[in-house]
Amino acid sequence: MAPFAGWNMPIQYEGIIAETLHTRSAVSCFDICHMGEFLLKGDPQTCGLERLVTARLCDMPTGSCRYGSILNEKGGVLDDLIVYRKGPADWMIVVNAATIEKDKKHFQAHLKPGTEFRDVSAETGKIDLQGPLSRDIIKTIAPKAANLGYYTFLETEVLGRPGLVSRTGYTGELGYELYLPSQEIPALWKKLLDDPRVKPAGLGARDVLRLEMGYSLYGQDIDEETTPLEAGLEKFVDFKKDFIGRDALTFKKKTGVSRRRVYLRALSRRSPRHEHHIFIDGEKKGLVTSGTFSPHLNCGIGMGFLDNAPAARGLDICVGDDKIKIEAVITDKPFVKHTSLKR
Amino acid sequence: MNIPDGLYFTKEHEWVKIEGATATAGITDYAQHALGDVTFVELPKKGQGVKQFQLMATIESVKAASDIYAPVSGMIAEANDTLNADPGLVNQDCYAKGWIAKINLADPQETKNLLDPAAYKAYVEGL
Repeated sequence: MAPFAGWNMPIQYEGIIAETLHTRSAVSCFDICHMGEFLLKGDPQTCGLERLVTARLCDMPTGSCRYGSILNEKGGVLDDLIVYRKGPADWMIVVNAATIEKDKKHFQAHLKPGTEFRDVSAETGKIDLQGPLSRDIIKTIAPKAANLGYYTFLETEVLGRPGLVSRTGYTGELGYELYLPSQEIPALWKKLLDDPRVKPAGLGARDVLRLEMGYSLYGQDIDEETTPLEAGLEKFVDFKKDFIGRDALTFKKKTGVSRRRVYLRALSRRSPRHEHHIFIDGEKKGLVTSGTFSPHLNCGIGMGFLDNAPAARGLDICVGDDKIKIEAVITDKPFVKHTSLKR
Repeated sequence: MNIPDGLYFTKEHEWVKIEGATATAGITDYAQHALGDVTFVELPKKGQGVKQFQLMATIESVKAASDIYAPVSGMIAEANDTLNADPGLVNQDCYAKGWIAKINLADPQETKNLLDPAAYKAYVEGL
């Protein structure tokens, strides 16, 4: 267990590697109750929601989810989030735990006065069910959600209680995120683990799984000093609409960014680590933002930023610090391919 | 917490077993548990000199990288090469198959700087 954003967080149960392998081969449940949820009512354009998020919201069908960011005026990422459209003027926004208070202030400052906005993080619990067998499990606890398409959701009964199930996740596998009133979570957790196919996985495994897919972690890979252009998140930005930070991003697109997201694969079992330097021909040329050991590739993997350099795929590099040098190569994401994600 | 008899321990959670002039060293059950799944061990090289409580090896787990210090001074007689292919042995069997290195002991008197099992147990319980 480890403290994080006021929560006592489960890092591992059986072991990070065993939990990672089980998620990709069967199904795991993750206690993600720490994340934040906001409810908001209003037409996206008139209430100001559209201007807050980088992704286009007005064309989202009811029952769909969309990933995007909220930015400051400089184009720096305040948070990354998922927007759920519950109705034409009815929204749920899922944000990171450590940024709940900051995000809340940002939303309240930029939404049209009088817009109904509620932070329901404390009373909302969340369990992620992830892995190729997750659909079989969902059939038993929320049968109507079993046929959800990727990035869609349904407000439906979970174990007979009103909840929300989305076909989303942070592991790269077929999976679901289940939102329920907090008091319902212990019973759901217990019921999931009654099925011998389901094992609990901690935040350690979650971190390895997301990194194997090349997904960014807010606060580590992206922050207020990073724009979506540098972070490889441009495809989640719609330049055809107005949003906070757009002018700064447009300017950066013209003048060019000074660093660029790269994905690294070690040539050994050694792991790149957060704040390792990236060396090219012995010179410091960038920084690792996340790194770990990939049990599926049997080598170290990581992501980071390369300064002013063309991030050529296949380029030989080193990562490390004063003591450690790890040979690695620039590669593409995802590190782990052919998962059950869209099965 | 497994703390076998017949071994000496350091406060950095290494163990050492003295047999004549040879010392076999590894990391303790407490250390392997704290590290979690071990993914890599950078072993010392045969013939390399090591000094008591100075860097001898590096160990990596999914969570972090850590230094391993020599529990005694001497020369590396052998390193456990099986850890290259199977570093998880450190988790599974830290006091036997997961040993790190054998050291030709330079000074048997150095054991007085180490903890016996009872003292190590008391130390770990106080952490």
